[in-house]
Amino acid sequence: MTTATPLLSIRNLVKHFDISGGLLDQLKWRDGRMTRRRTVVKAVNDVSFTVAPGETVSVVGESGCGKSTLARAVMGIYPPTSGEIWFGGERIDSLSPRRMLPYRTRMQMVFQDPYASLNPRMTVRATLEEPVFFHQPNLSRAEVKDRVAEVMRQVGVDPAWADRYPHEFSGGQRQRISIARALVVDPAFIVADEPIAALDVSIQAQILNLLMDAQEERGLTYLFISHDLSVVRHISNRVAVMYLGTLCELAPTEELFSSPRHPYTRALLSAIPRLGRQGFAHLRLSGEVPTPINLPPGCVFHGRCPYAFDPCTREVPRPIVLDNGVALACHGVADGRI
Amino acid sequence: MSDEPLLDVSDLTVSFDFRRRSLAAVSGVSFRLARGERLGIVGESGAGKSVTGFAILNLISKPGRITGGTISFEGRELTALRAEEMRQVRGNRISMIFQDPMMTLNPVLTVGTQMVETIRAHAGVSRRQAEERAVEALRKVYISSPERRLRQYPHEFSGGMRQRIVIAIALLTSPALIIADEPTTALDVTIQAEIMDLLLKLCESERMGLILITHDLAVVSQVTQRIAVMYAGRIVELGETARIVENPSHPYTRGLLAALPQSAARGRRLAQIPGSMPNLTTVPAGCPFSDRCERCESVCRERIPPLTAKDTGCLAACHLLD
Repeated sequence: MTTATPLLSIRNLVKHFDISGGLLDQLKWRDGRMTRRRTVVKAVNDVSFTVAPGETVSVVGESGCGKSTLARAVMGIYPPTSGEIWFGGERIDSLSPRRMLPYRTRMQMVFQDPYASLNPRMTVRATLEEPVFFHQPNLSRAEVKDRVAEVMRQVGVDPAWADRYPHEFSGGQRQRISIARALVVDPAFIVADEPIAALDVSIQAQILNLLMDAQEERGLTYLFISHDLSVVRHISNRVAVMYLGTLCELAPTEELFSSPRHPYTRALLSAIPRLGRQGFAHLRLSGEVPTPINLPPGCVFHGRCPYAFDPCTREVPRPIVLDNGVALACHGVADGRI
Repeated sequence: MSDEPLLDVSDLTVSFDFRRRSLAAVSGVSFRLARGERLGIVGESGAGKSVTGFAILNLISKPGRITGGTISFEGRELTALRAEEMRQVRGNRISMIFQDPMMTLNPVLTVGTQMVETIRAHAGVSRRQAEERAVEALRKVYISSPERRLRQYPHEFSGGMRQRIVIAIALLTSPALIIADEPTTALDVTIQAEIMDLLLKLCESERMGLILITHDLAVVSQVTQRIAVMYAGRIVELGETARIVENPSHPYTRGLLAALPQSAARGRRLAQIPGSMPNLTTVPAGCPFSDRCERCESVCRERIPPLTAKDTGCLAACHLLD
């Protein structure tokens, strides 16, 4: 899998957001003089990995770790601050909107909240036909109609309901429609940002099955963003763990869950709620997640890491690749102390 | 230990007036809670679990009202109390913890002010004594330098810390029962584990009863001794946590457990329950689960199954298990 040419390749991706506001907000009186200070949120810092065709790679981490920013940067919604994004052998991060157009049909996105991501004033038909009309203007109306009906059937929404509005559907059905909207232009790659987080347990299983079926039928590749580790374990080939904008560990799923290496991965996995276990046996982390505005020097995790030692506070750990395909960034593992 | 339960909810029905009809969000719910016992109420959104919790505290407001049943707490009938008598119970003997701590805490008052206010509302102590108690309470939930933290506003705390403060406030009056409505749903997994662990240990050390309302079966299985599974306003299964998790009786409970990713082999399709839970206007006649149940028979569409003891040692509401 790792030897195949990657479909998606993220190279040293950095995304910073300047939140300092207007000039007047930036001016601060300090030590008797006026200085101008910028406030920058360092959401994603030097993240690199690849996704092979047909693979599902999940990105997990806690809120604020940069996983959604990463997903949006991949889709071209946020232009990266630095770094490169390659898709199917072409660099796509610096393309003009016009040159980006062909990639828009090959990459699609499914969002978390099906209440917010569907236009309440458009019928399901209008929502699903619009991308086809836009990207394939040479298709006849009848062909578009057939395509929409076929996709609706595939996601399990009766095509007879096409003239209804989103509010007439339940949350699970709306998410099916969001997935249909992504599938209708026949993409190769889908970024799914927490697609089941807003749904009830019995509906989550339905949507996960739908995503897995669609992958099998269409040979889709997924970049799956989630905080739900048991879902991630179920559907992914490989899992990337992020903390404070940095990639801690990227490993084949079973490898990651059976023998997590990075101290943060260990703490995160130990906190997963488990059916039928009495009480808690999670690894305690001291302190709180620092803000991405003032990143700690060295390893971003060092302030909370039980194994932190001298180099961790000074040097950013370089990613190392172990022979079982596990990649991780940790001084402790690199030096053989963990 | 006396045999009298801490809480005895019997045949509770809560209805909401809607377009000249009265719709039951909770129907015929009965359960008991012993002193120091922890019960989980599990179900999907709209199943009636939060309404049950609110009803115990008499917090149902119009257009809803309690239309039937009794709620006996420490030997007093709560539904018969006058508003001011209820205030002696609510926030004093029974405390509630909600999902979103930012909504529960007043953003324009310091944490200390809110805590002192709570203490003085329920106990006749001086401001200084109240402050000492507040410091003690923050220490109990592992908030470091509590004296300094008391002077801070809710926005100066992280989500996990805010929920700890909410727990500290809930514990101020040494309640006999805590009702926690999705207390960790808004939090990350590592924080969730910390908060649930804290809540569990405090319940054990203070011998407090807990009603944990959540949609997360795994969390509930780690914290509670018994589980009530709700569906469309009714308890469909009630029993010991370990038994229900290992050997669920009701088809809905079975379906819910089978739908969890950890129940299936990796990468395989998950068992799914078809359809979605009916809303209050579309609950089918007979068993509320009948139109999603694979085993549904004609009797299921005619009569509502009562909650009765089954071979598995749990109570379940299903015609087909007799």
